[in-house]
Amino acid sequence: MSRLRNGWVLPASLVLALLLGLVPLPGVLQALRPYWLALVLAYWLLEAPHRVGLGTAFLLGLLADLAFGSLLGEQSLRLVVLAFILERFRARLRFFPVSQQALTIGVLLLNDRVITAGIHLAMGVPQLPWPYWAAPVVGMLLWPPLHLLLDVLRLRRRG
Amino acid sequence: MPHAGPSASRPGDIAGVLRLLAFLVLGVALMLLDHRGGWLRSTRVHAEAAVQPLWWLAGLPSRAGESLRENAVTRTQLASDNARLRQALLLTEARNARLRTAAAENARLRGLLDSAERGRLDVQLAGVIDIDLDPTRQRLLLDAGSGSGVRAGQPVIDAGGLMGQVIATTPTTATVLLLTDPDHAVPVMVARSGVRLVVYGTGRSDALRLADVPLSADVREGDELLTSGLGDRFPPGFAVGKVGALRADDTRAFLEADVAPAAQLDRGRDVLLLRGYKPAEAGAPAAAASTSAASTAAPAASAASASAPPPASKPTASVPPAERAR
Repeated sequence: MSRLRNGWVLPASLVLALLLGLVPLPGVLQALRPYWLALVLAYWLLEAPHRVGLGTAFLLGLLADLAFGSLLGEQSLRLVVLAFILERFRARLRFFPVSQQALTIGVLLLNDRVITAGIHLAMGVPQLPWPYWAAPVVGMLLWPPLHLLLDVLRLRRRG
Repeated sequence: MPHAGPSASRPGDIAGVLRLLAFLVLGVALMLLDHRGGWLRSTRVHAEAAVQPLWWLAGLPSRAGESLRENAVTRTQLASDNARLRQALLLTEARNARLRTAAAENARLRGLLDSAERGRLDVQLAGVIDIDLDPTRQRLLLDAGSGSGVRAGQPVIDAGGLMGQVIATTPTTATVLLLTDPDHAVPVMVARSGVRLVVYGTGRSDALRLADVPLSADVREGDELLTSGLGDRFPPGFAVGKVGALRADDTRAFLEADVAPAAQLDRGRDVLLLRGYKPAEAGAPAAAASTSAASTAAPAASAASASAPPPASKPTASVPPAERAR
């Protein structure tokens, strides 16, 4: 019942994450832009595993690839890997304090960067400049407020 | 913690890994196809068209911000422009007020001057068609005639000074008798002392002759000669020439001198015909013309009776040369 009432939060948040990834930013901020899609997806993977899974991640990645103009399948791959790891450790992560969760998310995002670099290397696509490696830190810092915000949206009027 | 998890999730783990592998393979395949193969391109183009609204949405905030910023810039710019223009307007108005006072003053001063003085600079430009320069005839043919308002007797000037006068017109041309024609004489006065004299043409285009100068006259080498206005043929005040070395003439009773003409009689392609000035015999006495004629005639009469022996003793000199030429 309540899940249905706030069911719009999930797609809306994902679309918003997609948009946030697209919004043009000035040069320096461009590199520091967190991987919003991964952050939001991570939240839903942790909190609503029955609604999102590897398939969702893959399709979302495809959409993002189309929107961002990256190599088709690249973000799919990255998000699938992320989703797999999160599903694997979901039970433990859910009960981590937020600070530890954030740290884990940071490591996951860093891992995502490594995967991206690997994909680019394998496909012969130019590597991202080094400031992009700072983005996971921003993502990590954003995790607690994002988690809180989505919790509030999802659980509103529940009780 | 270690126990419940592994035993319960073992089958799920395997399925999860398999699904992961499947998705990974799919992703890599897609990437390879997108990167290496070309056939995905068209599908991609279509798919991107579907994503277009996303791009539009994503661009919305920055566009909005941009237009906002632009508006703000325009507003401040407008404000500064406004201030600047206001100041410029004030400045212009102040300047305008000053100009108005100057104009009023100018009008007042003009009113003080003889109105006839003003009309004299009404001129008409005419081109020179033909030049006739020999010792007996110094004439110019102009490309303006009675059709364009040129009348016999009109003074002709150039930038330097008096050149001569119109002696004959056809509908399209006018003949000018130059100062240097041997038949021409012009009453002049010395700008410095006011002594009245007559300057004659010599037949040479670079020289005039000052003759019959009384020994006592206050004339020196280098004096400027201006038209005196006597004889009502030429308006007073136009430069005629500069006095050269004075010497005694054949009779030893008078002095004579060469005069360098002020006008460039042998140069230039255009001349100016004075229009405002009406020679006395030219007819219809308009009010202004008659007053100016009276004002010039009065001193002439008094001068002739009082202290002007040269013009008086040489009556032919004051006869308009055009008359003599005819």
